[in-house]
Amino acid sequence: MMYSEKVMDHFSNPRNVGEIPDADGVGEIGNAKCGDIMKMYLKINDGIITDAKFKTFGCGAAVATSSMATELIKGKSIDDALKLTNDAVVDALDGLPAVKIHCSVLAEQAVRSALSDYYTRQGVDPLPIVGEIHMPEE
Amino acid sequence: MEKKFIYADNAATTAVSEEVLNAMLPHFTTAYGNASSIYELGRNAQRDVEIAREKVASAIGAFPNEIFFTSCGSESDNWAIKGTAERLAKKGKKHIVTSVFEHHAVLHTAEYLEKQGFEVTYVPVDEKGLIDPENVRRAIREDTALVTIMYANNEIGTIQPINEIAEICREKNVLFHTDAVQAVGHVEIDVHKQGIDMLSLSGHKIHAQKGIGALYVRRGISLPNLIHGGGQERAKRAGTENVPAIVGLGVAIESACRNITEKAEIITPRRNRLIDGILKLPFTRLNGDRDKRLPGNLNISIEGIEGESLLLMLDMYGICASSGSACTSGSLDPSHVLLSIGLKHEIAHGSLRLSIEEDVTDEDVDYILEVIPKVVDRLRSMSPVWEKMMKGEKYE
Repeated sequence: MMYSEKVMDHFSNPRNVGEIPDADGVGEIGNAKCGDIMKMYLKINDGIITDAKFKTFGCGAAVATSSMATELIKGKSIDDALKLTNDAVVDALDGLPAVKIHCSVLAEQAVRSALSDYYTRQGVDPLPIVGEIHMPEE
Repeated sequence: MEKKFIYADNAATTAVSEEVLNAMLPHFTTAYGNASSIYELGRNAQRDVEIAREKVASAIGAFPNEIFFTSCGSESDNWAIKGTAERLAKKGKKHIVTSVFEHHAVLHTAEYLEKQGFEVTYVPVDEKGLIDPENVRRAIREDTALVTIMYANNEIGTIQPINEIAEICREKNVLFHTDAVQAVGHVEIDVHKQGIDMLSLSGHKIHAQKGIGALYVRRGISLPNLIHGGGQERAKRAGTENVPAIVGLGVAIESACRNITEKAEIITPRRNRLIDGILKLPFTRLNGDRDKRLPGNLNISIEGIEGESLLLMLDMYGICASSGSACTSGSLDPSHVLLSIGLKHEIAHGSLRLSIEEDVTDEDVDYILEVIPKVVDRLRSMSPVWEKMMKGEKYE
């Protein structure tokens, strides 16, 4: 199995690892049974994602996609972040092996899950805005 | 710390040794004859194939005409199991006994036979990775065609009670096959004394090249032909002999079986130091019985991290290792071996297998023991699972 140089770069030097103690939205996706869990923290100001951090339990692709997803949404508006697709994460990483595509879906869903939490905290029903969060299959 | 290169994955494959390579080389260029040809060049090839056959036979206590060269361990397994099944089905024997933690070459063959109408009993293993021979006895029926149980497990290295199982099979008059791919060259094997009817072995685990294996079939047992064609391998497995590979296997197995005890005396203390060193990390456990295991094998679960990430990080430090995580198998399920000994999915994902030989020095052991805690700390520091564990929360 071959990882691109970009994947290896984001695995060995992951961007934005850690927690945001006063995060405005926190999302977690995946389960340890399947071998992947991503936890994403967002700091949001005036509809702009000013900071994003993550913690991930998972394979090289899981770490790399988390790292890339945080990079892709940092400094962006919530609307832009909601448009983030797993394909965009895969493209930004110069591709992923077929068996690892689900990691990019997790990264996409982790972002949405954190945004969903943000809206809930604001007293806004996230469902019409963020949509359903897809948990990975068992 | 200076980066080293340490190969600790000999259960996956090994380097071709200098000795093996030198024995093979003439067979590519000058001694290239077809072993079926009548002239001297061909006769010499034939002679060298037969010398290799004697070496393989002598290494495992068999007669030369009980050894058939194949392309790999998986081919040997397939031939032994499907061949026996095909032959004995005609006598109404359509039941096979194997274990839950066999290599896929055996398990998937058994599953294939189930689809063909055979019944298969999968004997369990205990939490130490050992099979209770009495479970094999209980599984054998009137219509059992074959018992196939691995000699040593490829992931956790546990050595099975082969003599007892063979004895039971003899009592019950059932054929006994063992996949000894991981065992040959690491434990003393004498197929006749041990009562083994068929045994699979592979070259590339013992410093021969990839693409060569052998199947031992006890005299008097007839397997259907695997490849129809010419008269090679007594017409059982036709096709021009891979002379260089066969010669290499002969030299490799002779060398591997020459000093099994001496090698184990060097490797075992180093392996044990690795085990003890890694187990100093909190939330770790050794998988498989500590003593009844291959000298160079260790398999440890490290909670809170995932195996593939661990392997990639170890690779950055020049350490080649293996894991039973789902991510290395291309599915969502972690190793069936680790699940079979009772590990939970989330713990099985974080397993590490090292399989060392005597070229891994005491200094290399020091290096590995320096690197692993660093890498584990780093992965745990970014793991939400570890975070929850430290808070005492459940993470399932």
